[in-house]
Amino acid sequence: MRSARTEADIAIIGGGIVGMSLAYGLAREGQRRIIVLDEDDLSLRASRGNFALVWLQSKGFGMHAYARWTRRSVDLWRQFATTLEYEAGTNIALEQKGGFVLFFDEAALDERMRKLDCLMDGLGRDRFQVEAMDHAALVKMMPAIGPDVVGGVYCPLDGHVNVLRLYRALHEACRGWGVDYRPREGVTSIKSGHRTFKLTTSRSQLSANRVVLAAGLGNSRLASMVGLTAPVRPQRGQIIVTEKLERFLDYPLGTLRQTDEGSVMIGASKEEAGFDTGTTAEILSSLADSAVRMFPLLGRARVVRSWSALRVMTPDSFPIYEASCDAPGAFLVTCHSGVTLAAGHALDLAQCLDADHLPARFDAFSSRRFADVSQVV
Amino acid sequence: MRDLVVVGAGSAGMSAAIASRRMGLSVIIVDENATLGGQVYRSVGASPVRNPAILGRDYWAGKALVDAAISADIEHLNSAAVWMIEREDDASFSVGVSQAGQSRMMNARAVLIATGALERPFPIQGWTLPGVMTAGAGQSLLKTSGLVPDGPLVLAGTGPLLYLLAAQYSRAGVSIDALLDTTPRSNWRVAMKHLPAFLFSPYCHKGLRLLMEVERATRLVRGVTALRALGDTALQEVAFVQRGRERRIAAQTLMLHQGVVPQVNLSMAAGCEHRWDDARLAFEPVLSDLGATSVPGIFIAGDSAGIGGAVAAEISGGLAALGVALHLRRIAEVDGRAVAHRRELAEALRGRRFLDALYRPAPSFRLPSDDVIICRCEEITAGAVRQVALAGAPGPNQAKTFLRAGMGLCQGRLCGVTVTEIMSEATRRVPSDIGHYRLRNPVKPLTLGELASACTKRSKALRLD
Amino acid sequence: MFRRLSDQPLTVAIMLNGRPVMAAPTDTVAAALLAAGEIAFCRSTVSLEPRGPYCGMGVCFECRVTIDGEGSRQACLTTVRDGMEIVTGGARRSLLIEALAR
Repeated sequence: MRSARTEADIAIIGGGIVGMSLAYGLAREGQRRIIVLDEDDLSLRASRGNFALVWLQSKGFGMHAYARWTRRSVDLWRQFATTLEYEAGTNIALEQKGGFVLFFDEAALDERMRKLDCLMDGLGRDRFQVEAMDHAALVKMMPAIGPDVVGGVYCPLDGHVNVLRLYRALHEACRGWGVDYRPREGVTSIKSGHRTFKLTTSRSQLSANRVVLAAGLGNSRLASMVGLTAPVRPQRGQIIVTEKLERFLDYPLGTLRQTDEGSVMIGASKEEAGFDTGTTAEILSSLADSAVRMFPLLGRARVVRSWSALRVMTPDSFPIYEASCDAPGAFLVTCHSGVTLAAGHALDLAQCLDADHLPARFDAFSSRRFADVSQVV
Repeated sequence: MRDLVVVGAGSAGMSAAIASRRMGLSVIIVDENATLGGQVYRSVGASPVRNPAILGRDYWAGKALVDAAISADIEHLNSAAVWMIEREDDASFSVGVSQAGQSRMMNARAVLIATGALERPFPIQGWTLPGVMTAGAGQSLLKTSGLVPDGPLVLAGTGPLLYLLAAQYSRAGVSIDALLDTTPRSNWRVAMKHLPAFLFSPYCHKGLRLLMEVERATRLVRGVTALRALGDTALQEVAFVQRGRERRIAAQTLMLHQGVVPQVNLSMAAGCEHRWDDARLAFEPVLSDLGATSVPGIFIAGDSAGIGGAVAAEISGGLAALGVALHLRRIAEVDGRAVAHRRELAEALRGRRFLDALYRPAPSFRLPSDDVIICRCEEITAGAVRQVALAGAPGPNQAKTFLRAGMGLCQGRLCGVTVTEIMSEATRRVPSDIGHYRLRNPVKPLTLGELASACTKRSKALRLD
Repeated sequence: MFRRLSDQPLTVAIMLNGRPVMAAPTDTVAAALLAAGEIAFCRSTVSLEPRGPYCGMGVCFECRVTIDGEGSRQACLTTVRDGMEIVTGGARRSLLIEALAR
């Protein structure tokens, strides 16, 4: 059946880090008619609240495929950064010198090592290095560490990046490749035909041969329009940012990092707060307390701002990657580690989307794994 | 638990506190400065400027209010900053207060925000050079410490406060090398509509006398259409354009002023609804006439509700006190008392629309050229904001994400209005459609140590990775 | 440069970058510094260019100085105190240096 000429070969719904990474990857694969549809200035935008970690060591407890996928992305990150920086003309300050998860009590540290041993056993050949360190060993790498920290886990593959510049670089690079980025065009409905999709947005209508749902929490509403389900819920995280300081910390932690500009970012709380993106005294105070326990000298640092954003959480916290059977040409992409997975999305998943086929290694991420779990949303 | 926390000890705050206390409410005023008075009546209780003619009658009139606040048995926390207002439950709020390096949460049934105004940003080339400051800063130094500029001095901009400062300086024997008046001539046409009301207002007579005094005392250069501050590590010259010609004047101090705008950080972070006012070119809270915001229990009075000046602020404080007392059910109705207040308020505000129109800053001074820094903290230029607006950033929050504009210590206070207006002009969408930075608590830069001990509730919602 | 209008007694002794300066008891640190001839208090954390007080009321954060070893203090919101030690010219604070100096 000949379809009427469509405006886009691929329409990506969602212009956050996930959507833009995919757009970038697809453009590099040769796709020339890509439209990215994004929402408004005050829309829920998980990308604005992320912690900028390129993180491996805490991933995949309970799903080895996720650990493997994260590892793949982490390995691709250097190449991703280099090409992106070159094309966008911006330094995104990727550092992959390793990172830490710190503990205030021995039992928790032991528990973490046990979980990690289990994970590595499961990964077999794909295991990666993690090292338990006591306080004395930590002090050598992070001299400002406080006495309350009993130990931590170090993974040499962990790192971080300047995420605002990453986001900007993605936009610049995509523009350079001719990606049509359209803000203030929240999608209200999708009509699925056979390999042709009619999208209605708040301001217009367009048609595309394929559609990729990368709309974060918005996916839960859109998924059924393309024969898929996206059981995602918001999980709030609050973050504190300090004034810019002379460098005192050379490695990112899972919940605290010093950016290349000198400010310190402190997270990470997990709250079920619905769609409220406010900040609360209780959490901010707890975060501050934790930070000062980790690095006592931070007690004097001034708080410049706080953020609050909603993570896009699936019932088991692992991503969903799925191709629609009912509406061939539609794909669903959702995760809460958009920065860590950006390289995998741009340099691997995008190739699969380009080829219009998700290989078997993505089967574990299908939403069918939730078939037995009652609807969470 | 206290009935009311009043944030800000200026005209509105003091007036509201006094009135609330009279109605039997327990009140505490919290203010960042060491003494009561806010900006307008700064140091009126202890100014070293002995000669009353210098600062003028309107300033000294504030002493009565300060004395009344002191004798009214109101708790007063000075040199203390409110950094957060959070709803505790249906009937109370938790207010974060920082004083002497320590923070705590203070409970109250209601909160009145009376944080006043700040100077409208005046982004010109070189405005970040040492030696360039606001007219308000000059006035504060004069009031609190009797300090005046020594050396070549230029005043520039538009608006009554600029002329007042010029008059005060000249009365104090300070020589002003030039007052560069940027009031656009075309403003007169629009202002004329409001002239009748102005003629019958308290501003008219005072204003005319002030202008005459300033014209006699300084070199008044009208119709200035462009300004630049020049120097390498500090201000050395001011370049300006008048009637198409550029001229330069040596200067060590340049004081800028183009009106004031409400301080909105605390009220926005507390969740109060705001709207853009096009006549006053500012974001203002949406309020009932008793100062009630969209958040039940939070009230706003004075210039932070909308610029009206110190006298209007005092009356608005009184109205807000009625609003608070009504909200807390300490009084059954307000109509009787409110009627008089409303009449006085209308009287005090008469003529303001004329002033707003006449002294409306020219677009070129609100929307500077591409190379001018508009976010001082992160050194982001107007051109960068225009570029991201045209590249599709839908509003100031995406612009912030792309540029870091608004992410500095000042939390968008000196760039918020500018970014909104630049994006509005670049994309031909009205400022109310563009919106404002999303502001969040804490709205003051307290230390992590303070924040850690401020709230004793400990959440189980933290994770380690 | 700034000068004082009246001859109010300057009874508060502060140290400014290592040199003694006299101030009035109601002076803010900003006023005392301006009266002593300082107009650049700190440096931009982005360009390291010198910055000085702009708003005079605590909203611009360009009057940051180190007071008694603690950086990022707003000079215009702090009243002078006898014996206070003030250092100007800082850009990004070094918490390590501040901790060592204590």
